Amino acid sequence: MGASPTHQTLSVLVENKSGVLARVSGLFARRGFNIISLAVAPSDDERFSRITIVIDVEETSVEQITKQLFKLVNVVKITELHPADAVERELLLTTVAAGPDKRSEVIELVGVFEGKIVDVAPGQLTIMLAGHPDKLDGFEELVRPYGITELQRTGRVALPKLDRQAGPRLRIHAREKASVHVDIS
Amino acid sequence: MTLKLTGAQALIKSLELEHVEVMFGLPGGCILPAYDPILDSPIRHILVRHEQGAGHMAEGYAHVTGRPGVAMVTSGPAATNLVTPLCDAYMDSVPMVAITGQVSRPVIGTDGFQECDTVGITRSVTKHNELIMDPDEISLIVRQAFHLATTGRPGPVLIDVPKDVLQAPVNWSWPTDDEVAASLPGYKPNVNGHPRMIKEAARLISEARRPVIYAGGGILKARAAEVLRQLAERIEVPVVTTLMARGAFPDDHPLCLGMPGMHGNYTAITAMQQADLLIALGTRFDDRVTGRVADFAPEAKIIHVDIDPAELGKIRRPDVPIVGDCRRVITELVRALEPLEQPDRTEWRSRISGWQERFPLHYDPPSDGDALKPQYVMEVLRDSAPEGTILVSGVGQHQMWASQYWHFNEPYTWVNSGGLGTMGFCVPAAIGAKVGRPDRTVWAVDGDGCFQMTAQELVTASSERIPIKVAILNNAYLGMVRQWQEMFYEERYSEVYLSPDLPDYVMWAEAMGCVGFRVESPEDVGPTIDKANAIDDRPVVIDFRTDQREKVFPMVPAGASNDDVVVHPSQKPGGERLVQ
Repeated sequence: MGASPTHQTLSVLVENKSGVLARVSGLFARRGFNIISLAVAPSDDERFSRITIVIDVEETSVEQITKQLFKLVNVVKITELHPADAVERELLLTTVAAGPDKRSEVIELVGVFEGKIVDVAPGQLTIMLAGHPDKLDGFEELVRPYGITELQRTGRVALPKLDRQAGPRLRIHAREKASVHVDIS
Repeated sequence: MTLKLTGAQALIKSLELEHVEVMFGLPGGCILPAYDPILDSPIRHILVRHEQGAGHMAEGYAHVTGRPGVAMVTSGPAATNLVTPLCDAYMDSVPMVAITGQVSRPVIGTDGFQECDTVGITRSVTKHNELIMDPDEISLIVRQAFHLATTGRPGPVLIDVPKDVLQAPVNWSWPTDDEVAASLPGYKPNVNGHPRMIKEAARLISEARRPVIYAGGGILKARAAEVLRQLAERIEVPVVTTLMARGAFPDDHPLCLGMPGMHGNYTAITAMQQADLLIALGTRFDDRVTGRVADFAPEAKIIHVDIDPAELGKIRRPDVPIVGDCRRVITELVRALEPLEQPDRTEWRSRISGWQERFPLHYDPPSDGDALKPQYVMEVLRDSAPEGTILVSGVGQHQMWASQYWHFNEPYTWVNSGGLGTMGFCVPAAIGAKVGRPDRTVWAVDGDGCFQMTAQELVTASSERIPIKVAILNNAYLGMVRQWQEMFYEERYSEVYLSPDLPDYVMWAEAMGCVGFRVESPEDVGPTIDKANAIDDRPVVIDFRTDQREKVFPMVPAGASNDDVVVHPSQKPGGERLVQ
């Protein structure tokens, strides 16, 4: 992974409150930052949710995006995940036209990609595939000629790669808001 | 046993406990319940004539007192009328708490009468906003709002309260500081500068041959004017004060260079351009200051101190970024500079004084029969103003002349709309300023275009006995737009003419309960201002008929480099570009 990546993943821990997603997406719209994908889900602590945002870093610096995000009062923690340092996964569901003559070909393709057939009808198959987004792109391309009726992807989620050597994990950049003395007068 | 209150009582009680002395507002359907306990509250409520006025009054109050201004209005159209002041306060980091009524909870989302998505609409123009859905949370959300508005980078916070929340019974409790902090897990402003960075800044300063201190509005927000002066005097480095920082460093100080930027003075602009170090304090490299960013201060290293980390590197990458409160950081910086020797900067100082001598602010004295020069009006106003006068302006040519020709020698004596550039800001902001500092004379210098946008608030001023003084520099034009059309659109004047006597400003002022004067000749300027200064029981409006041809100089055309500053034609022999 020599060339500098055009995207980066931010794992953003936010307060689990109404309107928070609108604050985050509104900030991206207003400042002209591009979102490639976005996934929201509850975290292990019910007070917080996790927003995983894949951002386009060709136009805007990650630094400016994270700093602006931090200004949102409901944003608690941001972890920057460089593609080289992250495990990234995404889920794809697609319904493909596959008549009796093509069905075995499609099933074979699903097997190669380690996907699953989750629904079957005469002439159609619904396929589930989880994996790295690049792998999903590859599958999508190969299955397209058969005729995609519907396709949905979740947007990626990511976690930092585990460090196999002891010692501090230097390349992962987690920014927590500085905890300093706060005057409330 | 917990005290039983209604939501409305809890709201007003919370404001009292936050030491609110005055609020600006206008009642209506959804906020009605909150207006009942006001009758029994020590808080003074000032009834405005338009909700935008309430917002700008709250801002004016906050500008001069440093305390958050409070505005309260109803839902729907009232809330949307507050959007401009909220955005204005957001751009200029003005602490403000706005309270809006909302339709009852079961009605939200059904397009009820006077319903609008207030938190949605104001999300991008507030530091934070909150819709109260649980009546028991009123006191906590009010405390959070005041905490957020006044700490870190100050700004406006809006609280949206449904009518049935105001009517509901509340289990009253007043949250502690710790509870407020714990309720905001994502809000921890960093106020102390990094010691290593401060040391590095001190080292850079002590190596600089051509340093300039670039002081912004953050100095005033951090109450850092005194330490700024200590810093400047300790290292003997000249200071420019941006439009938002006028008064943060005294104009009569030998180190003061005045205002930089699009209509700044030649010396302030050029000293920044040629500096080898800019010490940027509480400022955000606004485009009106930098001109074309790529050509801004090309040889300068940058020390940038700001409480908002997102400002560091947003426009210009600093060599030494310091996140922190200006007062604390400058105090530490002065300490770090103590053991360090400063280099000889005689040459730099003499270059600066050369520019000051060659390019002072200038306007052509009037020939016989010419209309009043607006700059002359400003000079007389300045020279006859009582000690400690607060100057408020609108937006446009008159604002620039006000900033250029006034001598600001004390912080918190200048109130204007910098970032948003809100025409109509002047009159209501001046009212708010006078309410905050009733002991001071407040002069509002406004343009005729601006005045027409919010003049109705003079009715508020008359009925509440808030004796502000308004000087309209009436050139019968949207003057700044006219200037651009003259300079950049080949004098093709499009939709900028307003007429000098429609409306009749004197009659209008008198209809609103003010004293009205008209001044057309230079010899009447002084005596009329003296008369206005002597009136203290009513607002006064003076309609100064000024020269429509007068333009603001110097000027850096939009998008041009600051090297291409255009000075007054008389200072530019032969019209050739100035070279140093």
